[in-house]
Amino acid sequence: MAFLQHFALLLALIIVFSTSCKAVTLEVGSVEVGYNDSSKSSATEDTSTSINGSTDGHAPSVISTLPIVTWKWHHIETPYLVALWILTCWLCKLVCELNHNVTSVIPESGLLIILGFILGGIIWGADKAQTFKLIPTNFFYYLLPQIILDASYCMPNKLFFSNLGAILIHAIIGTCWNAATVGTALWACYEGGAMGTLNIGPLQFLLFGALISAVDPVAVIAVFEEVHVNEVLYILVFGESLLNDGVTVVLYNVFDAFVSLGGLKINAAEIVKGIVSFFVVAFGGSFLGVVFAILISMLTRVTKNVQVIEAGFIVVLGYLSYLTAEMLSLSAILSITFCGVCCQKYINANMDEKSVTTLRYTLKVMANGSETMIFVFLGVSAIDKNIWVWNTGFILLTIFFVVVFRFIGVFFLNWVLNQSRLIPIDITDQFVMAYGGLRGAVAYGLAALLDEKKIPEKNLMLGTTLIVVYFTVILQGITMKPLVQWLKVKKATHSDLTLNGKMNNRAFEHILTAMEDICGRMGDNWKKKKSVWSYFEDKYVCRLLMKSDARKHKDPIFGAFHKLNLEDATKYVIEGERKGSLAFIRNYDSASVDFKKKLALEYADFITADVSEYDFGIDNNPIPSVSLDIHEQDRKSMPDDLSAHHLLDQHLYKSRRNNCPTYSRSHYNTSENPDEMQEIFQRTMRSRLESFKSAKMGVNPAKKLSKYPKKDSAHKPNGKPADPHRTHPYGDEVEKIPYFMFVSMVSYFSIIITLITAAGVDNPAFIPEMDISPPMRNPPWQTETGNKTAVAPSQRAQGRLPWMPTNLRHLAPLRMSTHSTDAFVMADASLDEEAPEKKPGTHHTRL
Amino acid sequence: MGSTNSTLLKIPNVEVLMQETGFSPAHIIRLHDRFKALDKEGRGHLCPHDFGAIKELAMNPIGDRIIGAFFSPGKETVDFHTFVKILAHFRPVDKDRPKEPNSPEPINSRSNKLKFAFQLYDQDKDGKISRDELLQVLRAMLGMQVTDEQLESIADRTIQEADLDRDDTISFEEFRKSLEKINIDHKMSIRFLR
Repeated sequence: MAFLQHFALLLALIIVFSTSCKAVTLEVGSVEVGYNDSSKSSATEDTSTSINGSTDGHAPSVISTLPIVTWKWHHIETPYLVALWILTCWLCKLVCELNHNVTSVIPESGLLIILGFILGGIIWGADKAQTFKLIPTNFFYYLLPQIILDASYCMPNKLFFSNLGAILIHAIIGTCWNAATVGTALWACYEGGAMGTLNIGPLQFLLFGALISAVDPVAVIAVFEEVHVNEVLYILVFGESLLNDGVTVVLYNVFDAFVSLGGLKINAAEIVKGIVSFFVVAFGGSFLGVVFAILISMLTRVTKNVQVIEAGFIVVLGYLSYLTAEMLSLSAILSITFCGVCCQKYINANMDEKSVTTLRYTLKVMANGSETMIFVFLGVSAIDKNIWVWNTGFILLTIFFVVVFRFIGVFFLNWVLNQSRLIPIDITDQFVMAYGGLRGAVAYGLAALLDEKKIPEKNLMLGTTLIVVYFTVILQGITMKPLVQWLKVKKATHSDLTLNGKMNNRAFEHILTAMEDICGRMGDNWKKKKSVWSYFEDKYVCRLLMKSDARKHKDPIFGAFHKLNLEDATKYVIEGERKGSLAFIRNYDSASVDFKKKLALEYADFITADVSEYDFGIDNNPIPSVSLDIHEQDRKSMPDDLSAHHLLDQHLYKSRRNNCPTYSRSHYNTSENPDEMQEIFQRTMRSRLESFKSAKMGVNPAKKLSKYPKKDSAHKPNGKPADPHRTHPYGDEVEKIPYFMFVSMVSYFSIIITLITAAGVDNPAFIPEMDISPPMRNPPWQTETGNKTAVAPSQRAQGRLPWMPTNLRHLAPLRMSTHSTDAFVMADASLDEEAPEKKPGTHHTRL
Repeated sequence: MGSTNSTLLKIPNVEVLMQETGFSPAHIIRLHDRFKALDKEGRGHLCPHDFGAIKELAMNPIGDRIIGAFFSPGKETVDFHTFVKILAHFRPVDKDRPKEPNSPEPINSRSNKLKFAFQLYDQDKDGKISRDELLQVLRAMLGMQVTDEQLESIADRTIQEADLDRDDTISFEEFRKSLEKINIDHKMSIRFLR
C-alpha cells in the first residue's frame, strides 16, 4: 500500500521531469534507486540526515542551459517521506475502519499493528532490511505528547479528581510493584536456569521490569469506550494508564542510572537517592505541569483579540510543558498530563466556544493521528531480523509474570482501597482492570532507548517487549470485549440529561451535607473537603485564572435547562422539516413556525383578525397574486415599530451579500448555521417541487405566470419598469418579505431587477440554488438562549403554541412570502443594514 | 468494650433499633454521643432550634426542609430512636447481608431513600409535588443567579419531564421513574454510616 502510494507519486514526478528535460531520463532511474535508498534511511526520522549519493548525481553542478524544471528530490526528501508515511498510516486506519464487523472483534490498535506487519513485510521484501523503525526520539518528542495532552485535556475532570487517590495508588504503587516483581521474578528464574545463559544482571532485569510495566492508555481505552464500561472502572484504568506511563519513565530512568553506576557502586545512599529522585522527578513533573496550566489559563484570559490562534497557544504551551520537564529531567509525561487536566476547566471558560471546539478537534486529530502511526510502526518495526533474539524461556516467563503480577497487584491494591471506599470496586471490575493492563508503545519506546553498551541483551529485551505488546494488545484486546460482556461488568448507565436528574442530584448533595452536619461530621468528610476547595477555587483560583465574565457562575441546573432547550429546538426543527418535506404546503408552515417560535412569544399580543384569511390563502390559493392583499391587510395590523425592526434584524434571513465568500486570513465566516441552511434548502426544494408539480400537472401554470405581471404592476407606480425577463417563479424560493418593509423595498426594486437580469437564468429549476446559501442571521433558539435573560419555555412547555391564534399572527409573513414572488427580499435584508448606495455591480458578484 | 456496652445499655430498646436500622453498636454509640451533644439542655429529645444551632446547617439552602423531615407532623420534638431512624436512610446499602424474605424493607432501601427526598419537596404531604412546591425548592437551590421567569420555566419543564399522567404535579411514582437512571445508593449514602 505504501509502495503504491510511493509509486504513484514517483510516477507523477517522473512524468513531469521527463517531459521537461528528456536528456536526464537515465538519471531518473538512478533517482528511483536513490529514492528507495533514502526512504529507507529516513522514513519517520525527522532528524535523520539523508544519506544517498545517487540523488546528488542528478543535480548538475554546472548548467549549460536554463532548466525549466529541475528534480529536487533531496531538498524535500525528509519532510516528503514523513508526510508520505503519515498519509500511509492514516490510510491504514481508513482501511481498518472500512469494515465494522472486523473492528468490533479485533480492536483497532490490533488491526493497525497487523497492517503494520504487512507494510513491514513489503518493505522487507523490497529492501531486505528493516529501515523504517519507530525511533524513540521521534516517539517521545513528536508522537507521544499529543496523545497525552489530548487524553488529559479531555479527561473527565470531576471523576478524575474524585478518584485521584485510587488512581495514584494504582499508578505509583502498582507500577513499582510490577516493575519490582517482574524484574525480580525474571532474575530469580534466570538464576534458576530457566533461560540458559544470558548476559543480564539483576539490575538489568529490574530495568526491564520497569519498562515492561508501562500500561498503554490507548488500546484499553478504545476497548472500554466501545463496550461502555462503568465510569469508575473507566476512569481508574484510564487515569492509571496515563499516570503510569509517567511513573514508568521515571522508574526506568532511576534503574537506568543504577545500571550505569554498576552493581558494585550501589550502596544504601545511592538507593535512597534513587528513591528521592523518583519522587522529585514524579512530583516535580506534576508540579511543573500545574505551573504551565496556570500559565495557560492566565494567557487565555487575554487572548480574546487573537481568537484564531487561541487554540494554538494551548497546544504549544502544553508541548512546552513537556519539553521543559524533559529539559529539567523531570517527568515530562506527568507534566503534560497535569497541565492538561488542570487547565481544562479554566481555558474552557476563558476561551470562546469556537476556540474550545477547535482545540478539541485539533487535539483529537493530532492524537489519533500519532496513535495510528505508533501502532502501525509497532507493526512495521517487528519485521526486523536484527531485533529477534529468541529465548523461549525469557519471553514466555516475561509474558507470564507480566500478567500474573498485574493481577496480583491490582487485586491487592483494590482490596486495600476497598477498605475505605464508599462504593467498593467489585471483583469483576477488578478483574477487568487487571486484564486491561495492555502494554503499548511506551514500553517499546523505552526498550528501544536502551543502551546496547550497558545492556548487551538489548535486542532480546526489545524483541520480548514487542512480543508482550503484541500479546497484550492483540490477544487481550480481542478477548477483552467478550470478557467484559461475559463477566457482565457494570456498564455505564447512559444517563439522559434531565432536569429532574440535575435538580435532584443537587438536592441529594444538600441533603447529604445536611446529614453530615447533623451527624457532626464524624469520620471522613469529603463533602467538606470538597466545599473547602470549591470555596478556595471560587475565591482565588478563578479570580486568577478566569476572565471576569467567564467567572459568572453558571448554575448547572440552568445549564441543563439551556441545553435541553437547545436540543428541543433542534429536534423540533428537524421534525418540522421531515414533515414538511413530505407534505409541503400544509406542514411547511408548521415547520417554519418552529423558527418563529420566539416571534410568536414576543409578539403574542399582536393579535390579528385575519387568521382565517391566511388559512384560506394557503389552503386554496397558493397563488401569490392573493398575497398582495394579504400584504395590505397585514400592514394595517402590524404596528410598524422599533421592536418589529428588531425582530426583523433577528430573524430575517441574511442576504448573501453579508455572506460573500471573502477570504480573511484570521477570520472566517461562521454565521452559517447548518440547521438554517438545511431549512432553507428544504424550503427551496419544496417550492421547486411545487412549481414542478404545477407545471407538470397543468394545475395552474397560467396563474403562476400571471402573478408576476401583477406584482410588477404593483410596483410600477414607483417608477420602476418591470423587467421582462422576470417571468420565472423566482420569488417562490426567496425568503420572506415582511410586508411592512414593502415600501422601502420598492425603492430597491430596480437593483434586483438588474440583478436577476444579470443572472440571466431563465429556467426556474435552476434558480433556487442561488437561494440556498443565505442563512438566517440568528436562529430563534439561539437568540432566546444566547442571552440568558430571556428563556423561552421548552418545547413541551409550549407544545400547543404553533396552533394558537397568536402564532398564526406570525405565520403570516412567512406564508405570504412562500407564495409571493418577491425577488427583492434578498436585497432587502442586506440593504436593511448596509449602506443603500451599493451599486448593482456588487450584486452581480454575489450571484 | 465495657464502656461500649454500658453506653449501649443506657439506650432503651437498643436491640430493636439496631435491628431496624442495621447500624452497628459503634454507629449507635457515635450517633448517641452526637445526639447528646446536640441536645444541649439534656431533655432527651431534640427541638428544631437544636438543629438550627448547627451552624453549617443554617447555610444549607434546603436546611429547613431537612430539619423539618426529622419531625413528624404535629410533633415538636424528636427522640433518639427517630433521630437514628432518619439517619438510617443514609446508610449505604450493604450487599453482603443476605436478604431475608420476610423482613420488612430496610430503611435504607432505594425507595425509602427516594421517599425521604420526595417529602422534602412535598411540604403539604399530599403525595404530590406541585408546581409551587417545586418552585420553592428550586428557588432555594438556584438562588439569585436565575430570574423568576427562568425559574418558572425550569419548574414547568421539570414537571413536564416527570409528569406522566399530565396532572401538572409529580407523584411519588413519577418521581421515582424520573430518577430511575440515577444511582441513588451512591448519591444518598454517607460513608461513615456504613
